[in-house]
Amino acid sequence: MNAVAIGIEHGRLHAVLGPNGAGKTTLINLLSGDLDASSGSVIYKGEDITRRAADRRSRLGIGRSYQKTNIFPAFTAFENCRLAAQSRMPRALHLIADAVAFRPVVELADGALEAAGLARRGGRVAAALSHGEQRQLEIAMVLATQPEVLLLDEPLAGMGAEEAALMVELLRKLAPRHAILLVEHDMDAVFAVADTITVMVNGQILESGPPAQIRASAAVRDAYLGTDFTGAVA
Amino acid sequence: MLNRKSIAVGATLMLLALFPLAGSGFYIELVAKVMILAIFALSLDLLVGYTGLVSFGHAAYYGIGAYTLGLMAPKYEAANFWLTLPAAMLAAGIAAFAVGVFVVRVKGVYFIMVTLAFAQMFYFLFHDTKFGRGSDGISMNFKPIASIGGFTPFDLSNATHVYYCVLVLLVAVFLFLSMVLRSPFGRALQGIKSNEHRMRSLGFPIYRYKLASFTLAGALAGLAGYLSALQFGFVNPELLSWHQSGNVLLMLILGGVGSLYGAVVGAFAFVALTEIFQALTRHWQLLLGGAIILLVIFLPGGLASVANRFRRTLIGDADDA
Repeated sequence: MNAVAIGIEHGRLHAVLGPNGAGKTTLINLLSGDLDASSGSVIYKGEDITRRAADRRSRLGIGRSYQKTNIFPAFTAFENCRLAAQSRMPRALHLIADAVAFRPVVELADGALEAAGLARRGGRVAAALSHGEQRQLEIAMVLATQPEVLLLDEPLAGMGAEEAALMVELLRKLAPRHAILLVEHDMDAVFAVADTITVMVNGQILESGPPAQIRASAAVRDAYLGTDFTGAVA
Repeated sequence: MLNRKSIAVGATLMLLALFPLAGSGFYIELVAKVMILAIFALSLDLLVGYTGLVSFGHAAYYGIGAYTLGLMAPKYEAANFWLTLPAAMLAAGIAAFAVGVFVVRVKGVYFIMVTLAFAQMFYFLFHDTKFGRGSDGISMNFKPIASIGGFTPFDLSNATHVYYCVLVLLVAVFLFLSMVLRSPFGRALQGIKSNEHRMRSLGFPIYRYKLASFTLAGALAGLAGYLSALQFGFVNPELLSWHQSGNVLLMLILGGVGSLYGAVVGAFAFVALTEIFQALTRHWQLLLGGAIILLVIFLPGGLASVANRFRRTLIGDADDA
């Protein structure tokens, strides 16, 4: 990662494109705190959070999903989301009361499952869900933490056309209420939902701007999109 | 409506409650000892089975609980049970907290080795200093007395009373841990065991949860150690030895890691196998080792998994609570 400056704002979806090895996931890891930056800084609402641990950044409102499904496979889909929601519960070291007795947490979990299209799958063990449903669960878990910033690492990876369409619809719904950074290889989806697109190559930013600018950029076509790329219609 | 699990637990409790009416003094003491070990195994299960922290030094807190009674017991009169019991748990809990501050930062084999190293430090603290009275340990002249304002509800110099006291505490610890595991704290521990990385990214302060679990497990091990000292009237450094830490891990493996029932069953199985093999041969440890190897190979889920398999095969999951 070299001299990368990227800004994301509330109500806008900023997509990051680039070939494998461009540094897209590294960028998300640096923003979420999964990786420590050797130099540079991460500023969130005016505060330098570069040295904050991943859990602290999450509690500040920065939620992320993973490229490789990263859930609790032995727990039900509901429990995956309930745990995520519990992370925002005051007095989390509660020892005695039953975890499902905390109504606000349960409601958050149910709401997140519904938003991600998994309302009917809550009782299923996560490992028994289809790949597409596990990707939806990945997003539902992030939503259950009520984040202001969403860092989404290839949420459409491995999804069928129908599931991908649902996910794009979900991204559209989420965009007005969050600041979203989306890393995705599905060009149609990216050009359909992104307000801004940044193209990275070899750990550097090649081009950044609105979809029309990216579509028209010769440098981007040469390095990544290819000469026959026309872009999707939003 | 009562399910089969409740009936099985109720029947086991009834058997344990009625046992002193039929058993001889030796067996009453033996079963009481097993129940103390079951409390010890339950405390370790919170760490190994539910937090994913394999401690190889858990005997340190068992020993500290025992030594707390040994050191607090006056020479010419009985110690007060109601005072020394919480003191033992507190001392073990404080020791576990102090060790936990350092050890829960590391993982895997490093965690195993660091917990062992700290346990050995405690072992030699009691073994090699005047504070712990050396390798002979401490013999207590009097059993603690459970007196509250002149009223003594039970007599701890009576083996049957000790038996019932231990049984009540075993049930209390079991119920307490069942409750903890259903609580937000317990669910978070199980999340950490399942996927620590994701728990951190969801915002859970992992270190604090692990430290709390390590401290709680230490305090409960201290309770078991206290009861051991109370039952036998003496303490020595062997209570803190790595053998003891290994034995309690074996109990969990025998019974089934990650199951409260397994921890209790494992303690009973461990002592039963030890007693049977000791009666057969002087080289009983060979047989015990062989039995454990066979069990790990053929029953990786421990003895508790036998009941589950049996129920799934013959009865179905209808009442699986």
